[in-house]
Amino acid sequence: MKLFEKLKLDTLILPLIAILICLGAWSFLSGKAKVSTSVDDWGDTVTKTERVGISADLPSPSETWIASKPYIVEPLAKRGELDQGILRFTWLSLKLVAQGYLLALVIGTPIGFFLGLSKNFTKAFDPIIQVLRPVSPLAWLPLGMVMFSGMKILGADGRVSFGTSDAAALFTIAICAMWPTVLNTAVGVRAVPQDYLNVAKVLKLSRTKTLFKVLIPSALPYMFTGFRLSLGIAWLVIVAVEMLIGKPGIGGFLWQQYNANSFAHIILSILTIGVVGFILDRGMSLIESRFRTA
Amino acid sequence: MKPILELTGVSKGFNGVSVLKDINLTVNEGDFVSIIGYSGTGKSTLISLIAGLLKPDAGSAKMDDSPITGPGPERGIVFQNYSLLPWLTVTENIRLAVDQIYPSMTPAERTSHVQKHVEMVKLGHAAGKYPRELSGGMRQRVSVARTLAANPRILLLDEPLSALDALTRATLQDEIADIWQKNRTTVIWITNDPDEALLVADRVIPLIPGQTGATLGEEIPVGFARPRNRRELLQAPEFKNLKLRLVNTLLDAKRGTIPTLTRKLSPPDILPEDLGKKREFSLFDRPSPRRRSQLQREEVQVEAS
Repeated sequence: MKLFEKLKLDTLILPLIAILICLGAWSFLSGKAKVSTSVDDWGDTVTKTERVGISADLPSPSETWIASKPYIVEPLAKRGELDQGILRFTWLSLKLVAQGYLLALVIGTPIGFFLGLSKNFTKAFDPIIQVLRPVSPLAWLPLGMVMFSGMKILGADGRVSFGTSDAAALFTIAICAMWPTVLNTAVGVRAVPQDYLNVAKVLKLSRTKTLFKVLIPSALPYMFTGFRLSLGIAWLVIVAVEMLIGKPGIGGFLWQQYNANSFAHIILSILTIGVVGFILDRGMSLIESRFRTA
Repeated sequence: MKPILELTGVSKGFNGVSVLKDINLTVNEGDFVSIIGYSGTGKSTLISLIAGLLKPDAGSAKMDDSPITGPGPERGIVFQNYSLLPWLTVTENIRLAVDQIYPSMTPAERTSHVQKHVEMVKLGHAAGKYPRELSGGMRQRVSVARTLAANPRILLLDEPLSALDALTRATLQDEIADIWQKNRTTVIWITNDPDEALLVADRVIPLIPGQTGATLGEEIPVGFARPRNRRELLQAPEFKNLKLRLVNTLLDAKRGTIPTLTRKLSPPDILPEDLGKKREFSLFDRPSPRRRSQLQREEVQVEAS
């Protein structure tokens, strides 16, 4: 009973207190609508609404809730291309992330294996990797647009179903999210204990058998750490990509609402992005812990 | 009888430092050889050379009259640190070896072959467990079973029991000796424990460290009848004599390698503090411990008789 109470305090009450403090700070900083009535020269009563506060345009928590309600209460509604329920936007973004992320894994894992297995390969490619790794998604996207400028795959209805911007988006997500997978796989392969390789040698396992029976299982925990970090980056990149190419999705929604001066929805988007990212990370950690061996 | 394994004039060094020098060793089919030496003298290097994991710098290592060019399942090795694959269960670890060595067997035959070896090392109750769930002794049993399941012609054991506690080690020594009794595989057992060497082996060969690399010393034949009874042997004068001879050989060898230094030692001579005396606090003049060598006059109480 005591343990349960302690757990409740740790996992429920303390975070709740922190959330309340943050909400308090938010309300303190946000602006409030102030309605003033005055009588003008003609004797008419004029009501004037103006926003006052430290950050006058920042909506308060309650304003944010009221403005976001339609998106949350009907999370799957589709009222227009850029006016959909929040879960629908999330789903669109997740679909794009999944495609780019899979591409990153498919490209990144073999590169990681080559880096881990061959010293010469590492020496040759490490400088390039170290230079490309810190490049921001915002820089890759225009390059992707240029590279895939001729891309046009028509759907059944005769409209473009996969165009330049789609290809550029995938390219950007894949190339940004690839690096943790590449580097962690390489570390994992290098960390395979010599003893395991000796076992393979004494049994005269073939190269493919050594790869699948010894190298991959041994490197798997490292690889999954890379996969998890890659997923985090892919989710970071999606927002930037959608903002730039204006695709419907959680990032596109954010940018569109900023342009529409609908500031409450920006906060809604940010919170959604954070919650989804958190869920993705937890999910990957769960899978990761199942593959931990030693 | 034709030797199964023959090392002639084998030398090996790492980065210019010679580890083994002029190793000559002949092992016949069915021999139980134990090589004993200090840690760090090159025992593991020697077994790696025999296993084919390393290549000799000079000399030749031959098995059945053909040079050893690489590792192979006919020379099964049991590693000191078990080297079990942690993501496989006991059965799967052994199965990996069986699948590789007997491609012509049907799956059912392989399963029963694995089962037989699991039972042989008395791990039937733990067949489905992962190495992390086993104790050190059980892990080493799995390792032995995995190696034996590959039906090696020579069984190489590289300090197989040195990571285990003394009681487990004794049990496993007896078990491995029993197994050998049954199938008479040629065994080369590397150890640093004289008792272990003399209890399990028929031939004990010391590895003598030297300034320019270790070399094999004079062989000590051990003629005790099998199966050996640990309790009786440990008390037998013949056993004690052999052990004395072996230990003396090793100690003499060690003495030769380390240059002796004479150094004057001063034993500690601090006198116990007199707790009955009242300590007075002084800020600077802290009382230092009294030493016998510093005493000018010592008062000794003598009881009047």
